[in-house]
Amino acid sequence: MIWETVRLSLRSIRRNVLRSFLTLLGIVIGVAAVIAMLTIGSGTTEKVKADISKLGSNLLVVRSGRPAGPGGPGGLDQVVRPLAEKDLAALVAHLTGARAISPASQKQVRVIFGTESLTSGVTGTDSAYLDARDWKLVSGRPFSDSETRSGTGVCLIGETVRQQFFGTGDPEGEIIRVNRTSCKIIGLLEPKGYTGFGQDQDNVVLMPLHAYQRRIAGNRDIDNIYIAADDRTPTSELQPRVEDILRDARRVTPDRESDFAIRDMTQIADAMASATTTMTGMLGAVAGVSLLVGGIGIMNIMLVSVTERTREIGIRLAIGAHEKHILIQFLVEATVLSLLGGIIGILIGLALAGLASVALTIPFAPSPAVILLAVGFSALIGMVFGFFPALRGARLDPIEALRHE
Amino acid sequence: MAAGAPLITFDKVWKSYGQGEAKVHALAGVDLAIQRGEFVAIMGPSGSGKSTAMNIIGCLDTPTAGTYSFMGIDAGRLDRNRRAMLRNLYVGFVFQGYNLLARTTAAENVELPLIYRGVAARERRDLAMQALSQVGLVGREHHSPAELSGGQQQRVAIARAIVTRPTLLVADEPTGNLDTARTHEIMELLTQLNTELGLTIAMVTHEADVAGYAERTIRFLDGHVASDSKNLEVA
Repeated sequence: MIWETVRLSLRSIRRNVLRSFLTLLGIVIGVAAVIAMLTIGSGTTEKVKADISKLGSNLLVVRSGRPAGPGGPGGLDQVVRPLAEKDLAALVAHLTGARAISPASQKQVRVIFGTESLTSGVTGTDSAYLDARDWKLVSGRPFSDSETRSGTGVCLIGETVRQQFFGTGDPEGEIIRVNRTSCKIIGLLEPKGYTGFGQDQDNVVLMPLHAYQRRIAGNRDIDNIYIAADDRTPTSELQPRVEDILRDARRVTPDRESDFAIRDMTQIADAMASATTTMTGMLGAVAGVSLLVGGIGIMNIMLVSVTERTREIGIRLAIGAHEKHILIQFLVEATVLSLLGGIIGILIGLALAGLASVALTIPFAPSPAVILLAVGFSALIGMVFGFFPALRGARLDPIEALRHE
Repeated sequence: MAAGAPLITFDKVWKSYGQGEAKVHALAGVDLAIQRGEFVAIMGPSGSGKSTAMNIIGCLDTPTAGTYSFMGIDAGRLDRNRRAMLRNLYVGFVFQGYNLLARTTAAENVELPLIYRGVAARERRDLAMQALSQVGLVGREHHSPAELSGGQQQRVAIARAIVTRPTLLVADEPTGNLDTARTHEIMELLTQLNTELGLTIAMVTHEADVAGYAERTIRFLDGHVASDSKNLEVA
């Protein structure tokens, strides 16, 4: 019976190809928009996650100042104490579960080679930094311990810096000027590309912390301490240990808040991902509105169809169709119509998302759940918006309907 | 149903439309009985109430007052769906305008009542072919109404009406759109169905010679039965 009705509805859809197509268009556009939005959205989320994991997952970053929280960061009465080398030393001495602990102080500084110049992110750090950030060298070597200790003028440069100064040439052994000091390039970092926020991760210069402090910053401060957890230790477990050690090292009394903040990059990654997910959801909802419009289109055309086929309904009722038979016939027709639109919409939406993923260099991430949902939703739209016209058809008086011209 | 009881009984049947001053009585207390196997012609000018009576006979409509009983069932008090069921099981309809579904083959048109009866596809096909052969349309089962002549279309409609092996055939001016030769053929067919299958036929017509094919003629006038007589010459 149902199969019979589906066949019947397909036939009546085929009978008015143009009209059916125009009716479908609303649903097609709606579903295509939703599918494209959600697929591009989840691609973006994946990209953001991947970008943040490039920043280093299972990474804790300590910086001075009170943690941001209710009441805002550090009050005026409290002078922010920078991190110092004894804090680092305390962590290195007492922290368990860390793979690498590394200090870092950063500044945007003008870097000059010959007549070329470039403003780069210059970081003063030690040899554990590469391990902590999970960065690799394409060529050359990291700082030696003695270079770190004595603050020798050596540096590692990123790909952007190399291209600016040396093109594709080998930069090793060249001397560049960083601010007013000079340093010798001893290695080239592996290219990492841009972050999701448009920050060039290759426009960097790394130099020994002491060299940076003495020649560029002019102080003994450490801006950040990077702590990479080892494989067995989740960052959530590592974080309180770090806090205890640092409170102790910085002699923060138990009645006071910590005068430093520990950021968990995993948490940040999750937060960013959930932000893009929310964004995606909102865009999807906006696109969903067009589905509603498509549904109204279906209702409109089904009303026309019921009126046009009043006589047919009369015949069917006369020869013994029950109300429910007529109701089901038109409901199925509306559902088949919108389902068809939904399927076409999904194909177009996926194609659009595919093109977008190439254009935006994000992963193409179609979600079976979303596709299934779109199928279900478009069928639902057909049922909901087809119901009123179908009911109208079913309630017709057979005598009146037969008289209808 | 008691043996010998009439198939159709009107007991003081009223059918009124409108309210108050504008109230019109299409049927004003009609008493009528039609026996099983009868072939009855119903005549009368427009507005005489004959169409209303036919709609009630065919269980399409219900009386405002009085009792309509069909096969001993008080059909006038059944709800829409029960009357639909009754029509599907016991009544076949033939209309003046054929009322076939366009762009649907003859066979599919004939199968239609069986679909609502829930008959399986294969059996439907067989029964439809049987009905089409009964009306002399073998070989046309895959034609659509547009490809058939008026007489052939009416034959398809008759096949659709008898495919369910109904007790009663309600025909509303079945030859109204046909020429004389075609009219004769259709009337021959109806007469044959009446005699061979024992099918009770109630037929509305304007034409006396068409009514002549029936055994009995009931004339309506102003909502009353004006005359009810056996036809002397049976064609």
